[in-house]
Amino acid sequence: MEELLHYHFDVDGANFASAGEASVQVKRLLRQMGFSPDLIRRVSIAMYEGEINMVIHANGGDADIYMDPEQIRVVLKDHGPGIKDIALAMQEGYSTAPDNIRSLGFGAGMGLPNMKRYSDDMTVESTVGVGTTITLVFRSV
Amino acid sequence: MIVYKHSVSLDAEKCKGCTTCLRRCPTQAIRVRDGKACINPTLCIDCGECIRHCPYKAKKASFDSLDTLNHEKYLIALPAPSLFGQFANLEEADYLLQGLRDLGFDDVYEVAKAAEIVTEYTRRYIRQADEKMRPFISTACPVVVRLVSMRFPSLRSKLLPITPPIEVAGKLAKERALREHPELAEEDVRTVFISPCPAKVSWVKNTPADKKRYIDYIVSMSDVYFRVLSKMRRDQVPEVESESGVVGISWASSGGEASALMNEKYLAADGIENVIRVLDEIETGHFPDLEFVELNACPGGCVGGVMAVENPFIARVRLQSLRRYLPIMRNYLTDDPDSEIPESMLATKPGEYSSAELLNADRAKSFRMMLEIARVKQMLPGMDCGSCGAPTCDAFAEDVVKGEAKIEDCVIRMREQLKKTEQDGNV
Repeated sequence: MEELLHYHFDVDGANFASAGEASVQVKRLLRQMGFSPDLIRRVSIAMYEGEINMVIHANGGDADIYMDPEQIRVVLKDHGPGIKDIALAMQEGYSTAPDNIRSLGFGAGMGLPNMKRYSDDMTVESTVGVGTTITLVFRSV
Repeated sequence: MIVYKHSVSLDAEKCKGCTTCLRRCPTQAIRVRDGKACINPTLCIDCGECIRHCPYKAKKASFDSLDTLNHEKYLIALPAPSLFGQFANLEEADYLLQGLRDLGFDDVYEVAKAAEIVTEYTRRYIRQADEKMRPFISTACPVVVRLVSMRFPSLRSKLLPITPPIEVAGKLAKERALREHPELAEEDVRTVFISPCPAKVSWVKNTPADKKRYIDYIVSMSDVYFRVLSKMRRDQVPEVESESGVVGISWASSGGEASALMNEKYLAADGIENVIRVLDEIETGHFPDLEFVELNACPGGCVGGVMAVENPFIARVRLQSLRRYLPIMRNYLTDDPDSEIPESMLATKPGEYSSAELLNADRAKSFRMMLEIARVKQMLPGMDCGSCGAPTCDAFAEDVVKGEAKIEDCVIRMREQLKKTEQDGNV
């Protein structure tokens, strides 16, 4: 198998404002590769949602990006509380975010649904008490 | 291919090859090569940050000089709204406008007046447009337009397609002159924009070939400032009367354009780094309820332009006192608010997107280059010292792979290697 480009980003759980930093850097990599504006937008939105989720629920985590000329795989791994019912969490509007987070305009229950909508493939692995790993795949048409 | 014409250049004699501009450039468009700063025209957005920060004043903006315009038959001054904030004790704009007349201009047409017309059309456009297209991004600052076109491809469709005030002013000023002076031919009438920034120069220089240009000359605000100052007389009642209100003059500082839309769903950000941050956030889809986004590359808005004379915050205060007795607006549209926006008010759509940062048109090649860049990065110290001539180690790694720099240019790495060789030799 051909070598993959790999980039690693720490998502800082202590800093709300830093959520989204990884997606900003990834956007630049995608522009350098020459991916389409639509693909860049999809990755940007989905990754941002993922980063915000890690900050809100899991005190941060790791974002790993694997890239080749055809596709981008984003792996978001945290050691947070885990998701009890993944199917429920995937429903639009379902949210377990505390009120103080909602008052900031986050936690509208669109995080996971948006990640699904904007990616070509999404898998969620989660164990309560251990953490969650979300893998998003984006394909260049 | 269209070559973008710039308005920021280097005075090589003054440049010491320091790293100030390297670090300040928001698009990492500058490298120091052979001891002199070089600007990459593909990446430069003409924001003027390098001019603002160069300790040796080695960065220049290309403007026309007032001295070279004497041969023209009929000259119209187009003062930017920010000019109004440059003068102490200016109680009425009329004194300044009269000063410009006395300086030798045949007519003065305020860009602030045109800005009010643009405000009216912007309101109309936002109301008529598909809500899904929101938020619209202001296109008054040419730096923002170029930045979005280059770096935020998915936001290009959000750029407000309304002709900016400078161009509207140029067009209306020429029409007025020809109407009032039927003896003049079209080519006799020339407009001179008095600009706070170099970006407007680039914007005019890069007018699409199929589009008529309404701005003939651009002079810098600092050039005009002292000349007009000596002409302004408080003891004489001005003959010229200002035709703009609070709205038009408010365009001079950040938030003015947006607040004039009489809608609370707007955001205004200024300073190039803040602008980039806001655009990144919009691209993540994180601003659901906004209708309008006003972005100005300069701190404080146009009053913070590099060619402005006064401190932007003081200029802002002056504008506040100037506005105190003005009517809200002096230019209203009187036609049916549901009628279509005329062609002349619609800006040209940006051309096809091409990534300025693209490594290679062949993605497989870009991919191999990026693997190589990642490998080179591992070899670098990560100090971002700038000695190699690149702003960061990451940027240097890219330069090496692109063949624009050699790994030996990293002095830190060379020093480490030298130490290692010495130690090995001693063993």
